[in-house]
Amino acid sequence: MAELKFIGGYPEYMRKLIDVVNKTRQQRKDFTPKAMSMEERQELLKLCHPDYAPGGKRAISIGPNKGELAPNEVADLLEANPLIEEDEVNISNPDYKVDLLIIGGGLAGTSAALLANDSGVKTENILLVNKLRHGDSNSMMAEGGTQAADRENDSPAIHYLDTIGGGHFANKPEVVEALVNDAPFVMEWLCKLGAILDREKDGSFVEKAFGGGSRLRMHACRDYTGLEELRVLRDEFRCRNIPYLEFSPVIELLTDGNRVTGAILYNLETGEYKVVQAKATILATGGFGRLHIRGFPTTNHYGATADGVVLAYRAGAKLKDTDTVQYHPTGAAFPQQIVGLLLTEKLRGMGAQPVNIDGEAFVFPLEPRDVEASAFIKECYIKEKGIVTPTGMRGVWLDTPLIDVKNGQGAIEKAFPGMFRMYKRFDIDMRKDPVLVFPTLHYQNGGVETDPWGRTNIEGLWVAGEVSGGVHGKNRLMGNSTLDCLVFGRRAGIATAEYLKKNPTHGKLTLNHIKNYKKMLMEAGIKTTRKSPILFPDYRGKAVLARKIDIF
Amino acid sequence: MAEDKNIMDKIAEANKSVVTGIDEKDIEYWINISIMGKKYRVPAGLTIMQAMEFAGYRFIRSCGCRAGFCGACTTVYRIEGDYRLKTALACQTRAEDGMYLVQIPFTPAQRANYDISQLRPGIEAFLKVYPEILKCLGCNSCTKACPQDIDVMEYIACGKRGDTEKMAEISFDCIQCGLCAIRCPAELAQYNYAQFARRLYGKYQLALPEHLTKRLDEIKQGKFENEIKKLKTMPLDELKKVYAARDIEKE
Repeated sequence: MAELKFIGGYPEYMRKLIDVVNKTRQQRKDFTPKAMSMEERQELLKLCHPDYAPGGKRAISIGPNKGELAPNEVADLLEANPLIEEDEVNISNPDYKVDLLIIGGGLAGTSAALLANDSGVKTENILLVNKLRHGDSNSMMAEGGTQAADRENDSPAIHYLDTIGGGHFANKPEVVEALVNDAPFVMEWLCKLGAILDREKDGSFVEKAFGGGSRLRMHACRDYTGLEELRVLRDEFRCRNIPYLEFSPVIELLTDGNRVTGAILYNLETGEYKVVQAKATILATGGFGRLHIRGFPTTNHYGATADGVVLAYRAGAKLKDTDTVQYHPTGAAFPQQIVGLLLTEKLRGMGAQPVNIDGEAFVFPLEPRDVEASAFIKECYIKEKGIVTPTGMRGVWLDTPLIDVKNGQGAIEKAFPGMFRMYKRFDIDMRKDPVLVFPTLHYQNGGVETDPWGRTNIEGLWVAGEVSGGVHGKNRLMGNSTLDCLVFGRRAGIATAEYLKKNPTHGKLTLNHIKNYKKMLMEAGIKTTRKSPILFPDYRGKAVLARKIDIF
Repeated sequence: MAEDKNIMDKIAEANKSVVTGIDEKDIEYWINISIMGKKYRVPAGLTIMQAMEFAGYRFIRSCGCRAGFCGACTTVYRIEGDYRLKTALACQTRAEDGMYLVQIPFTPAQRANYDISQLRPGIEAFLKVYPEILKCLGCNSCTKACPQDIDVMEYIACGKRGDTEKMAEISFDCIQCGLCAIRCPAELAQYNYAQFARRLYGKYQLALPEHLTKRLDEIKQGKFENEIKKLKTMPLDELKKVYAARDIEKE
């Protein structure tokens, strides 16, 4: 690679291909390929979406969702041994005794803490635990925005319809209803805490288009939406002195046999375990991008390894919609250093067009994500009209210069400072040149089944955010994930506060559910050395691992 | 169907280098870097983070989003033959031959606790919460250290005037990595002051849009309840038709 000649960030041969895109830009400016019909969408998904292509999934063989399909990578973690043996730890003397334990400090967990506190749970009776730092999460990386139907020609009902259609009508209706009705209130809450949302000159919100949406409903904070929302909530959390722990992932929940009563934490740096006893527990651990389902690169945070789903399932929680995975159509495919990273859908919302090697616009730019992603895969691997990178990846162009053509010069830098900066670091000027994209693993559509208040089927356990299943059905729309975290984080905070008002006692701490789970594994004939949760992916060089010895 | 399976295998093969650890046999070009003073030979064309992982490091600290948003992977480095210390994000910077690297796992900078509802934009707020902001020496070390290319010194100057609007505008892209504070000879914690300024600006200088407050009233009055109830109870076939017939608003 070092000897390839680069011109403006691209090797010479790609530069020539960019000329083709430049040539057709003027004629594409006012042309948008037609949106697909429902039948055409289905046909395309079946042809080449990773969820529909054969292989890759299997039936879960034990537990409440036995017989339902999940990606192999997820089934592997469900059909694995706990990290600890029951007799290895002393759980009889809890190190922390709290009313409310919140696991995960992204938008969902942080919102939950604030609303629980607002609803009467004293700060000192809350504990928020984080695998890495407070705030390390996929929330932080959300670029595009948050949906809320607050414009005159829009309504929560239209938001409902967009969401449930985008989810292939598998969403839980009452949960979607909560999502769309709370959305404008979430916007008010964010503003009152001091979040800076993009505004028009007259003070109204800037609201943009997005895939699968029928109204302009995408609120944003430049292309740092999740970062802005999260850092404001985190600041408020800190100002209230709510207790939190960092670098302390949960490695097992504790139950009294039925109800969740606490958790075991692991200090990543000292190797020491700690025991938390809690009357109510909110799981807000995020998703599973770092499992690299089907070998896809991912947009996700380092810690996105499905921990929450694994822990909850062992405690007896029911899962929902585990069979679908969201691949974001526009992951970076070049340069190698940023492969898989997210290029927000808002780029297409503001006019960037997917273009093939011949400079043709080949798909309506704002199909739902699964459909758009399939169209890119088809273009690259069936029609063979993709662009091949020096490392052998294939991708299609996303013609970003069209954004400035359509919105006026300076639009890219203003709306996408983060993206512009990222490409500039690798010598690419996205105002002048298109960028290369290919679908990337983005979102866990399903998860632990939730109700409108974040309740699970297990007493004492609530969920919020990406770890939950039900609100997005089989496919999530852009701007509904940060919204999911905010709405159901808040609701779980309120619901647990209500629960705590009834003065439940602390429950007995046991690992009986682990004993039962291991028995189920054995009865199902699963013999494995796999352990879960895995906490982090492992990217160490193969040569190092081959010579690694464990003596210290 | 066999063709489809082939596609997924091809995609997985093409992505191998970013999904599993890198295999030496796939590498053509190499560079030498030094991690905390120890030399390693690593493939050319990786980020600093990927290069350290190739060398055998498994991160707990100093690794977060891996996409330039979280500020966990702040790195200080020097290039062989050059005396200057430079700063970068390990996940967003290409490893180069001759780099001497160290990562900063944590910034022990002070942040104040305040009740935002008791404060208002202006110099008084800063004097009350972060009076040390006045100690800025104007040396520009913060700006030079910022991996986001933010004009940190300029927004501190805004803070000293109580200009929260401009401070919010300039500091908006801050990822709170803490490098400004680490390099500051006046021992300021710039990024925390910026957070304070943005919240003051967002809360007090941006009014709630009228269209939002109107919608909140409408929801409280139950204006959309029936419509949503209708959609919730509609037979699936009909719901699908309603969905397909939506009119799509254009920008």
